[in-house]
Amino acid sequence: MNLDPQIPEGPLSDKWDNHRFSSKLVNPANKRKYRIIVVGSGLAGGSAAATLGELGYQVDCFCYQDTPRRAHSIAAQGGINAAKNYQNDGDSIHRLFYDTVKGGDFRSREANVYRLAQNSTNIIDQCVAQGVPFAREYGGLLANRSFGGAQVSRTFYARGQTGQQLLLGAYSALSRQIASGQVKMHTRHEMLDLVTVDGHAKGIITRNLVTGGTDAWTADAVLLCTGGYGNVYYLSTNAAGCNVTATYRAHRRGAGFANPCFTQIHPTCIPVAGDHQSKLTLMSESLRNDGRVWVPNDKESCGLNPNDIKEELRDYFLERKYPSFGNLAPRDISSRSAKEACDEGRGVGPGGRGVYLDFADSISRLGESAIRERYGNLFQMYERITGENAYNRPMRIYPAIHYTMGGLWVDYNLQSTVPGCFVLGEANFSDHGANRLGASALMQGLSDGYFVIPYTVGNYLARSGAGSISPDGPEVKEVLESVKERTSQLLSPQGKRSSRSYHKELGQIMWEFAGMARNESGLKKAIGQIQDLRDDFNKNLIVPGEGDRLNVELERAGRVRDFIDFGELLCRDALERNESCGGHFREEHQTADGEATRDDENFAHAAVWEYKGEGKEPTRHKEDLKYENIELAVRSYK
Amino acid sequence: MFSSSLGKKYLMALSGLVLIGFVFVHMAGNLQVLLGQAQINAYAHSLQSLPWFILWGSRLFLLAAVLIHAFTAYSLIVENRKARPNLNEIEATKRAGLASLRMGLTGSILLAFIVFHLLHFTIRTIYPEYAEMMTTVGSPDGTEIHDAFLMVISGFKHDVISVFYVVAMGMLCAHLSHGFSSVFQSLGLRSESWRAKIDLVAIGYAWIIFVGFSIVPLSVLAQKHGIYEFYDPSFFSQEVEEKSLSTNLLNNES
Amino acid sequence: MKLTLKIWRQNGPSANGSFESHTLDGVSEDSSFLEMLDQLNEQLLGEGKEPVAFDHDCREGICGTCSLTINGHAHGPEDSTTTCQLHMRKFRDGETVTIEPFRANAFPIVRDLIVDRSAFDRIVQSGGFISVRTGSAPDGNAIPISKVDADNAMDAAACIGCGACVASCKNASAMLFTSAKAAHLNLLPQGQAEKDERAINMVKTMDEAGFGNCRNYGECSAACPKDISLDYIAKLNRDHAKAKLKKIFS
Repeated sequence: MNLDPQIPEGPLSDKWDNHRFSSKLVNPANKRKYRIIVVGSGLAGGSAAATLGELGYQVDCFCYQDTPRRAHSIAAQGGINAAKNYQNDGDSIHRLFYDTVKGGDFRSREANVYRLAQNSTNIIDQCVAQGVPFAREYGGLLANRSFGGAQVSRTFYARGQTGQQLLLGAYSALSRQIASGQVKMHTRHEMLDLVTVDGHAKGIITRNLVTGGTDAWTADAVLLCTGGYGNVYYLSTNAAGCNVTATYRAHRRGAGFANPCFTQIHPTCIPVAGDHQSKLTLMSESLRNDGRVWVPNDKESCGLNPNDIKEELRDYFLERKYPSFGNLAPRDISSRSAKEACDEGRGVGPGGRGVYLDFADSISRLGESAIRERYGNLFQMYERITGENAYNRPMRIYPAIHYTMGGLWVDYNLQSTVPGCFVLGEANFSDHGANRLGASALMQGLSDGYFVIPYTVGNYLARSGAGSISPDGPEVKEVLESVKERTSQLLSPQGKRSSRSYHKELGQIMWEFAGMARNESGLKKAIGQIQDLRDDFNKNLIVPGEGDRLNVELERAGRVRDFIDFGELLCRDALERNESCGGHFREEHQTADGEATRDDENFAHAAVWEYKGEGKEPTRHKEDLKYENIELAVRSYK
Repeated sequence: MFSSSLGKKYLMALSGLVLIGFVFVHMAGNLQVLLGQAQINAYAHSLQSLPWFILWGSRLFLLAAVLIHAFTAYSLIVENRKARPNLNEIEATKRAGLASLRMGLTGSILLAFIVFHLLHFTIRTIYPEYAEMMTTVGSPDGTEIHDAFLMVISGFKHDVISVFYVVAMGMLCAHLSHGFSSVFQSLGLRSESWRAKIDLVAIGYAWIIFVGFSIVPLSVLAQKHGIYEFYDPSFFSQEVEEKSLSTNLLNNES
Repeated sequence: MKLTLKIWRQNGPSANGSFESHTLDGVSEDSSFLEMLDQLNEQLLGEGKEPVAFDHDCREGICGTCSLTINGHAHGPEDSTTTCQLHMRKFRDGETVTIEPFRANAFPIVRDLIVDRSAFDRIVQSGGFISVRTGSAPDGNAIPISKVDADNAMDAAACIGCGACVASCKNASAMLFTSAKAAHLNLLPQGQAEKDERAINMVKTMDEAGFGNCRNYGECSAACPKDISLDYIAKLNRDHAKAKLKKIFS
């Protein structure tokens, strides 16, 4: 497997410039001869499809939703980072770069992250020009806030719905291209396989979710912008439809999967209420700016009304353990501390899996109206879901799977190990290392889509030449048939169990053994259990109805089937990564007081998995991460 | 300009605005009945003596407003039915009041009323004898003029007709309570901060119109049934009407 | 909780639909409305029956995918709430709940409770954008925008495109959606260059899609999970009239 990251020559700050200059260009008149497939229409996919259409390429964009505007980027609440330094508080491109690498626990690629920080400023300009209604100060200039452990105010936001507003910006640009005919939008289409010809990505197979039709689409390049795989845990903050199928199918066709064990747990979610639960709801991390996290000192008080627990009987554990960052400690650290407290039996709420996030101090300091103005919508959402009023009693929060840093391996050009197959946004692994900082996901999606891929895909196309294969070619037919075969396999075992029940069970295995804390024996156990689950799935699944029409159960069955295989891969990766770093916490590797210990000697690399065939163990490759500009340090937030 | 859905809304609003203005003027005219025979007759006569182009111009203008309002409403309703051919099993509402939901119904009744009203008091085909009511009371120069006062009193002495008038004015009140503020919305002249105020004014206006128009038939009925004496009681004896008619007939013959 | 569910079933756009009744026991008060439907579908699967198809995705009230008319109300009787954020504690034990798709000619039924809302996309494609090429933008702070205008635009932009406005309107009018989309951009200085065309084209596309006419009674805004104001409808009425007049007199 060729894992050359293709990092351009020159000093860090010149690499992207140098690379753009040395990239080949496609003649403007020739651009319309190239077809590009974009799978996914979130921030990465939407912005890429719009920009490529604008450049003159023929773009086909696919999404499983009924409209591109609903991709799950829409749910991001907090904001988007940019090294604008509008606040004059010491921010710079280099600082954003450094914070991101450090936040990622030194498991990301320097050059990619630096480029991300460089692009961050253009993103804000672009979005403002599109009409994204960012928050503003009374003077009419853009407002910023500090967010998720950053010590500078570099986060731009649009009330509590930054993700939706940025996505609407990308969607409006995309809509303009759809209207002009440059982009053909295919909604309610799910990618089921990647077509390769002579090792190059040349198309995809989709299922039309309305008619049930299986179709082949060919192009000169394929962009996968299909998001993360958090739903392998069943309960996560992802949308119900988010799935790993597109990236996992590409993985089966030769794309290396990097660092699947790097998953992020978000500390401020609403705790699980019962068995019926189908998803976890995140509340913006900004709540931690004014809320204090605590649990009772002793187990016995957990059942009491929190307002009756005296101050001296409360343990403000984040403030105690991390005095300088306190309640704003990074996501992985805050999450793990909450888990520890609950593991000690000091958790609150149903099932004892929750900690308090208390606004009483802020309310007495700033007044209820100030808090209502800042977080009113979040308090309202909390009340709707839990039936509790957080102005009167502390919120209950608990970590939940939120983002996945791992993804298909890509080089500096965002190209996977399959030439012509590019991977953008959360679907790739490149920028966040082992942990992502708050407000950086939106930044990465848009950087990839607006400002990176237009150059790098052009470079690829200019070198490979136009000439899509016909959708009727033998290579395409073969993949098409295999997809149809798989669909009929899903429909054939008329057993007793629904795909949802398998998904739930998979989620339980994953959360227990590959969740916030992992260990060798647990991961081995998980792999065994997942294999058993797969056998049972193949025999005992029930999917009612036919394949040639809208069939929601069939869609879910296909996704769950891939989640099962992928879950095993994730556990393998977690097992092999014998260190703790970022979102990956191995219980074997911690200091006496429970801090993660990294092993830079043996694990300063991206682990890239190569698919070896059904039932065969995948192979683990390494891309060594070289740090030329940053000194590896212990990530301390004390 | 008027072909789009919004264009039709502008037509509704503009024609509605004309009619909103008209009903006020009409009401103000009517209320002069309360001031006695001379006052209302003089007023009616002055209207009738306007130069023909002004008189007919305003009549045609008002007629056009009614027709535009009615035809546009009809075409909107047809489109709206097509836009939502299948109703919900349960048709619930959260905010919309009955008045706003039933503009079509109140409008249709009003249209029927307008036709009846014109035939009743303006063209006088229902009771042709109304045309023959002449008097010198209220005449500016002592010549005989039409006795509008007598016509109104006679007209509203019919219980059924008076009740119909009052009911129709109730419809008008409902129609206006939504229509008045709707004009501002359709023409884009309303904002959230003004909405409550405009709605209040709309309701106030609608009630003023209702009360103003209903006073006349109700007062006539009240006097007829001996509840309260508003007008010269001589107009309420059977003979008055007949005498007036016979005098006119005699005059015509002579 | 035990509920009787009266649910609309329809095999396809041209098929005839009808109501089907199911009894569902053991519903948790803490579950969301969609989780209750998940539970029903698991029960149907157990009985060897076809599950009910309904649209849903983020389940946190922001993507606008869920689209049910519950007891006659788009997204159910609660104010400012999407179906996925509606919780069962708002219903009574033993209640009969009627569940229907969003009904409008412009939203053809795909299957059961799923409708096709692509007309909204077409409306946006006809003018719901600012034509700015990637990379050609000036600095974000180059044009100061007053906080009032920015907040007002944000209020309009909060629309999640769910279609509840259409479903709750007795005329299936899409004015609240269209006007919110237009107002978001028309309120900002960046959107001024295309303001007139935007107003005219978006209204035209909306009309062509077969939506009904706005009657200003505000059901749309009352049903809107994001409380979009009727002001934006007034604004679009105004912007459209101005644009048309300018066209006539230019």
